[in-house]
Amino acid sequence: MASEDDINNAIMAIRRNGVALKGNIETNHNLPPSYKSRNNLLRTTLDLYANVMHCQSLPGVRTRHRNIDIMIIRENTEGEYSSLEHENVPGVVECLKIITKTKSLRIADYAFRTARAKGRRRVTAVHKANIMKLGDGLFLECCKEVACGYPEISFDSMIVDNTSMQLVSRPQQFDVMVMPNLYGNIVSNVCAGLVGGPGLVPGANYGEDYAVFETGTRNTGKSIANRNSANPTAMLLASCLLLDHLRLHAYASMIRRAILSTVTETRLHTADLGGQGSTSDVVQSIMNAIQSTGPQTLSI
Amino acid sequence: MAGSVWRSMLTHVARAAKRPALSSASFSRGLQTVTLIPGDGIGPEISTAVMKIFEAAKAPISWEERNVTAIKGPGGRWMIPPDAKESMDKSKIGLKGPLKTPIAAGHPSMNLLLRKTFDLYANVRPCISIEGYKTPYTDVDLVTIRENTEGEYSGIEHVIVDGVVQSIKLITENASRRIAEYAFEYARNNQRNSVTAVHKANIMRMSDGLFLRKCREVAENYKDIKFTEMYLDTVCLNMVQDPTQFDVLVMPNLYGDILSDLCAGLIGGLGVTPSGNIGANGVAIFESVHGTAPDIAGLDMANPTALLLSAVMMLRHMGLHDHGNKIQTACFDTIRDKKVLTKDLGGNSKCSEFTAEICRRIQDMD
Repeated sequence: MASEDDINNAIMAIRRNGVALKGNIETNHNLPPSYKSRNNLLRTTLDLYANVMHCQSLPGVRTRHRNIDIMIIRENTEGEYSSLEHENVPGVVECLKIITKTKSLRIADYAFRTARAKGRRRVTAVHKANIMKLGDGLFLECCKEVACGYPEISFDSMIVDNTSMQLVSRPQQFDVMVMPNLYGNIVSNVCAGLVGGPGLVPGANYGEDYAVFETGTRNTGKSIANRNSANPTAMLLASCLLLDHLRLHAYASMIRRAILSTVTETRLHTADLGGQGSTSDVVQSIMNAIQSTGPQTLSI
Repeated sequence: MAGSVWRSMLTHVARAAKRPALSSASFSRGLQTVTLIPGDGIGPEISTAVMKIFEAAKAPISWEERNVTAIKGPGGRWMIPPDAKESMDKSKIGLKGPLKTPIAAGHPSMNLLLRKTFDLYANVRPCISIEGYKTPYTDVDLVTIRENTEGEYSGIEHVIVDGVVQSIKLITENASRRIAEYAFEYARNNQRNSVTAVHKANIMRMSDGLFLRKCREVAENYKDIKFTEMYLDTVCLNMVQDPTQFDVLVMPNLYGDILSDLCAGLIGGLGVTPSGNIGANGVAIFESVHGTAPDIAGLDMANPTALLLSAVMMLRHMGLHDHGNKIQTACFDTIRDKKVLTKDLGGNSKCSEFTAEICRRIQDMD
């Protein structure tokens, strides 16, 4: 993604195809502000307004907390990520966090619709409206408004610092969580860590017209690159989400089953899970599992 | 409460008699004066517990109790009572219990008022796993240092047009440099090995970028301390998997708010977490950060650990390490022993019994 053109071409291709599978693009944060995050640009240009991360405890992966099943729905295009900053006078910088009624209603509606579709029972809005009375206050109001239209789903709210504390002590209390952009960043990373780390959890970015799938915590994994030690699970599960989005459910389930059976094999665990398995071994195991149970295809 | 009223009166009289000021901090008969703000709810009883324990440890502290309920000053501005301000300005050191947050009382939060009055720019929370109080996380030993005056909590918000709100996050060179300097000084004075700046400069390039640059500049003057930078999300991801990799963390206001509470969660919650606020002009106020627990107030059920550990932080800040260590050891030993624990720690002893047990251990140490 070296130049302006590259990212624009990528966006154009996604517009054409409607779906994409994406790795994380590194942002050099020492470059001046004119050089914006490519990842953020992609999300905002395509208006991928809902970032969805489903964090579940996996059998075979040892973690401090068990029975976690949290669906995080994060507003993906505004809030603190509006990229609106200026230096008023030298040494004094303002960064604008934008919260709009439209986008707050939209993400709240997405959260409740998803909760209903997946048979989830409770939606918790995460905010800091006691301090950011107008901004987060507006977000909270919108969530409350939408909640009225879903009487079978219970709605409550929690302040973000308390949420963080609750997540590390009793994460099982949470069901579906909806929140603005930055808190979403924090909560999704905490939850991913709780269920086993960045190598396991897939992420999805949905817009009205496009969908982009990636690893949930959006890491480049620079320090472990090219060593055949990365955990491919998160990206592979993201590709299953992609298949589901394309309504190729049979393929999605087949691959997902194979992935989950492999992840329970402790001897194949990659370094992030405390093992010494290699990326290629994990992939081979998944392929074997598919071939032994799935349909035969001539082109493989 | 009669004793404290009498004590306050005595102090007033003494001041009126114009005691010679030996140093900027009040010093009389080898005792260091500390302004004590018991607070609301369980505040008074846990403050009493701390005073008892300090007495048992023969800590050279003379307490000056003050109330900080906001009053309207001349010009209609809300302020803390003048006698409270005067006491703090003289003693420079304060210990504070939980304060009620009033809804519709017309005045701003008391914590905010204290922060503004004394320019409390650094919030420091050491999070150390307490042996005997089990949580899923062990061997946690880190310190979060949070910039406490600006950032996302500037309070500057506008409705631009109907349905569009803008909240301003303010980052300045001066505040960033000041907090970075405090973080490195703290690391040096407390024998910590590294300082990590937590930021999101990939997204908030100008604001977090400025914060980061100041941290880097200050790091140049502290070559003995290792300096690293880490994205906020990476810190969160790693913190819940392996908190032992972290040492001192320095960050702007919001990230600090969230991370410090997250870390408190790792070691057992706000009931056992100490906190200190450092201000300009040498002022420091140490406090418990839990709530006032009105449902158990006055029932001798409260857990004074958080306030006690904050008081220990205070002793260390004042250079009274021996007394601080003695009290901390007695407190941790009591918790580890599990025989006398308050309800929130899993026992069914009273606050006074827990306090007496700690006092007993201290006296046995001598």
